[in-house]
Amino acid sequence: MASQEIDALSASLSRLPGLGPRSARRAVLWLVKRRETALPQLLEALAAVRDTLVECAICGNVDTQNPCGICADTRRDQRQICVVEDVADLWALDRARLFTGRYHVLGGKLSALDGVRPEDLSIGALLERVQNGGIDEVVLAMNATLEGQTTAHYIAEKMDGMPVRITQLAHGLPVGGELDYLDEGTLAQALRARRPMAG
Amino acid sequence: MALDRITLSTFRNHRESRLDGSAHFNLLIGANGAGKTNLLEALSLFAPGRGLRRARLPDMAGMNGNGGFSISAALNPGDGGEAVILGTGTEPVRPSRRIVQVNGADTSAISLGEWLSIGWLTPAMDGLFTDSAGARRRYMDRMALGIDPGHARFANRYEAALRERNRLLSDDREPEAPWLDAVEMQLSEAGAALAQGRERLIALISAVLDRLPDQPFARPTLHYVPGGPSDQQMLATELARNRRRDRAAQRTLIGPHRDELEVTMAGKGVPAAHSSTGEQKAMLLAITLAHAELSSDGRPSLLLLDEVAAHLDPVRRAALFERLRQGSGQIWLTGTELAPFSEIDGEAAIWRVSAGELERLS
Ligand SMILES: [Zn+2]
Repeated sequence: MASQEIDALSASLSRLPGLGPRSARRAVLWLVKRRETALPQLLEALAAVRDTLVECAICGNVDTQNPCGICADTRRDQRQICVVEDVADLWALDRARLFTGRYHVLGGKLSALDGVRPEDLSIGALLERVQNGGIDEVVLAMNATLEGQTTAHYIAEKMDGMPVRITQLAHGLPVGGELDYLDEGTLAQALRARRPMAG
Repeated sequence: MALDRITLSTFRNHRESRLDGSAHFNLLIGANGAGKTNLLEALSLFAPGRGLRRARLPDMAGMNGNGGFSISAALNPGDGGEAVILGTGTEPVRPSRRIVQVNGADTSAISLGEWLSIGWLTPAMDGLFTDSAGARRRYMDRMALGIDPGHARFANRYEAALRERNRLLSDDREPEAPWLDAVEMQLSEAGAALAQGRERLIALISAVLDRLPDQPFARPTLHYVPGGPSDQQMLATELARNRRRDRAAQRTLIGPHRDELEVTMAGKGVPAAHSSTGEQKAMLLAITLAHAELSSDGRPSLLLLDEVAAHLDPVRRAALFERLRQGSGQIWLTGTELAPFSEIDGEAAIWRVSAGELERLS
């Protein structure tokens, strides 16, 4: 019989992606056995992330500094913005290390059925970034899902008339494909072969 | 013959069944509930998809088994090479996951389509002409899928885009124009592809049907009635033009979700829905046969006809068997008695099915 505290820890861990009740119990057991070594380390790492985690005021990335590491990196191309739905997509694209500009995280995608409207996403902030000037290209890296593509077309129309090139990932990607699940080679190819957004 | 050396293990009411020495015509005779359709269903699983009942995999595992099932058969690929062994089934530990093997190596269900094409007609499809237009649209899409596997993608994308547009239009607030533009762009893209796929399908089937005589086998004339323009740009324009009207109706009034498939009996000019049960069955059969011919695409093919002979009079039955005799596809027929099959009983491989057991009659 485990105590209430240990049960609570198991329950929290079991909600992590890729885990479940059985693997959570195994992880707890492992930590209990290493309560002198591994447990304090984990606690410190968790606390450090909790205390420093912050949303980047420029792009919406989540990092331990604001502006985030990507926006603060002066070697990156300031004239390119890659627009993604979620932080997970930003991380997936940045893992591929092919995009050298900066990002913009929308925080979701337009969906009438789910009640997500344009004002629920950071589209206004994106338009402002582009209107402030200094941007040559906006890469719309939305997922190939219906909602992702609706969002891309919406943004393209909103940017109509702005002096900026709007491109789109080459979606030879499987329909319904989500960036987060693509391997780096496929992502790199989609980015390399990006094309002007069709009106 | 296309498929032979067929085995079923704990599949529905078949504990261990085996069929050897198949022929061009294969007959399964037995009372209702004996397990004839189960056998056809097993064969239908040699195609991608959920089989002819569209059932869940765990429901197919036999009661007296361990929770899984397996089906295997030897396929003569028709290229002079040696037989290919096809296998499919589930394991007790994961009863919802379909396993497919070709020559003992695991592969995907989709790859079964590389080897053979399978068509079927079951009593569940009898009401097609009197059923709703939606049932006929689904029927068209199922057939279009047999010719172009990409068709399902357009159908799904169209449905999703349609739901989005309808929700936007029924919102209390006036929907933002760029949002509607974005949704309609995708709706028209998928909708045009969907409509063109259906249009092409009906044209292809009609071309096959046109070669057939009106008698004695009732010949259907198919007419695809589009629910909107099948050109993407025109559909997009129409959708944009109809926003006000559609907003009043709170739904989209044009597009392929309003398509209809009109079927009339050639010669008589009578709508299929007003024809006799026997004539309707004959027309369904004619469409099924035409589609089988189109989709075989050089592959060995199988035609599974569940309870078709009983509905037809002797003259039509003879005409059906004559047509089936000329085709290259292997035919599997079921019936409760042997009498309606007297035309083919000399050349058919015949089994009696009772309580999931098989007995070879001839
Ligand atoms: Zn940032």
